[in-house]
Amino acid sequence: MTMQAIQPPGVANDRAIAVKYILLITFLLIYPWVASPFWIVQIGAQTLVLGIIALSLTFLAGYGGMVSFAQLSVAGCAGYMTAILGFNSANLGMGWHWGPAILAAIAIAVIFGTIIGILSVRTEGIYTIMITLAISVGFFYFVRQNYPIFNGWTGFSGLAPPVIAGLNLRDPIPFYYLCLVFAALAYFAVVYMGRSTFGLALQGIRDNDRRMRALGFNVIAHRIFAYSIAALIASLGGILMVWLNGRISSGTVGVGPTIDILIISVVGGLGHPIGAFIGSILFTLLENFAVDLVARERFNMLIGAVFLIIVLFSPDGILGLWQKVKEGLQKRTI
Amino acid sequence: MKLFFLTIMNGLTLAALYFLVASGFTLVFGLMRNVNLAHGSLYLLGAYIGFAVQELTGSWVLAAGAGFFSMAILGLLMQVCIFRHMEGQELRQTLVTIGISIILADFMLAVWGGETYQFELPDMLYGITRLPVIKIYTTYRLFILGTAVVIGLLLWFFLNRTQVGMKIRAGVADKDMLAATGVNVHRLFAIVFAIGAGLAGFAGVVGGSALSISPGEDLRYLLASLVVVIVGGMGSVGGAALGALLIGLAEQFGLAYSPTYGVVYTFIIMVLALAFRPQGFFGGKA
Repeated sequence: MTMQAIQPPGVANDRAIAVKYILLITFLLIYPWVASPFWIVQIGAQTLVLGIIALSLTFLAGYGGMVSFAQLSVAGCAGYMTAILGFNSANLGMGWHWGPAILAAIAIAVIFGTIIGILSVRTEGIYTIMITLAISVGFFYFVRQNYPIFNGWTGFSGLAPPVIAGLNLRDPIPFYYLCLVFAALAYFAVVYMGRSTFGLALQGIRDNDRRMRALGFNVIAHRIFAYSIAALIASLGGILMVWLNGRISSGTVGVGPTIDILIISVVGGLGHPIGAFIGSILFTLLENFAVDLVARERFNMLIGAVFLIIVLFSPDGILGLWQKVKEGLQKRTI
Repeated sequence: MKLFFLTIMNGLTLAALYFLVASGFTLVFGLMRNVNLAHGSLYLLGAYIGFAVQELTGSWVLAAGAGFFSMAILGLLMQVCIFRHMEGQELRQTLVTIGISIILADFMLAVWGGETYQFELPDMLYGITRLPVIKIYTTYRLFILGTAVVIGLLLWFFLNRTQVGMKIRAGVADKDMLAATGVNVHRLFAIVFAIGAGLAGFAGVVGGSALSISPGEDLRYLLASLVVVIVGGMGSVGGAALGALLIGLAEQFGLAYSPTYGVVYTFIIMVLALAFRPQGFFGGKA
């Protein structure tokens, strides 16, 4: 699959892009005041949370050329740690205050993600997929069978975001904004990173690792660090995910959801960070409204078909499709 | 002592099953660099089709044949209609196989539902056999062991002693050079994909008879194939045999001596293999 280098926008484009950003941000800010709670949480917050996790994969795959199946496992690890270190209804939590609990959860997830990186950067390209898939399935089986720490099949429930200074983050609008803030942070961090020295070196490694090695770059270290960054993003998504669902169990990190994350990233387009959120909107809408299109049980068939069609006809996802349409129209007008 | 030998036997039969599934996977990967993540789905679909054939005809042998040939045809179609047109685009091919596996899994759920099916074994394979030390052992499991050995030898003979097999090995070593010498690599790819998929379907019937067929088995065998091939080396049938042995034994010993974490042992083996020999035991340079 060809992945276009992400070029910094030219000066002429800057204003058009600024206008687009302002319109989008205004819409996202106004959205919860006009939508119903279902649309705010089930569609809005869900889209943002899945988008953050998918963004971590888009970052790894788009900039680093490493398609990892283990991003949801990392997110799940962070989610599990939030449940285990904080409060949960099974009374198995260690009852930490939410602040340290979250920080520790993120730290553990980042370590987990880095270890996955260390293991999988030893091999390249297609091998990465196989190894990370094996790791994520291994993680799934492990949490399912481990009762002392992960509470096995049942997992944990009764998880809720904290109440800060009288503001209950569990209410739809505050929770939506919480997700929005973190999604925006993650998005702009990834966009910024794409233009940073590290990001440029990473893209260089993606395109030709031997040349970068000859230039004196430490290819392995760059790749592992990319895994750590991706783990950081995924862990944010993971914590928001358990707060959104109020529960986490082995099914949360199962193979189905793992592949869903890949579908979201690929369908949106791996070429640009915004693709993760575009894919996530489409996925969430399909998931909720597939009932009206086809029978509820056949949701997987539908999403599989959408995925297959996108992969077969537009390797750059919906973004690539949009680009093609735009180019086609421009040609016609000339 | 009895438990020990019984575990070895169970490990060997499981390894035999894993070898049947993984040998096709590794062949396809070795030649085409195509990680067929729908391989597990081929296993399960082969098992279901075999089951349907047995329901119709009552013959287990026909069921096994149907499992092989139906999946071989499906594999052939996949190669000719889809993968041929995206050669060299490894990631895209892999994504396509994921799409296919999602659709197939849902299709099978729609047609066969969530129930568990059990094959009826022919009388000859039914029952138990007396063996030294462990006293009695299921005949059918010995049959699986024998089948894997026979298939392994056939594959070895095919790859080492026939012209097509030599071309396949040459293709694994250097595809472009082989094409330059005038060999029709596309036909070769189609043959290998058909054999690989067929073996998965055949293994579906064989494995489904030993255990049972139900949704989710596709994933189990896909994971097993992945780990076996990562450990053994991609593209090597010998590697698949060694990997299958290691994983099969590890899983059964894990199950017998520390039941909770049976799966984790397979995982540790994979991590160790990766740490010391990233290309697998028999794998060449990627």
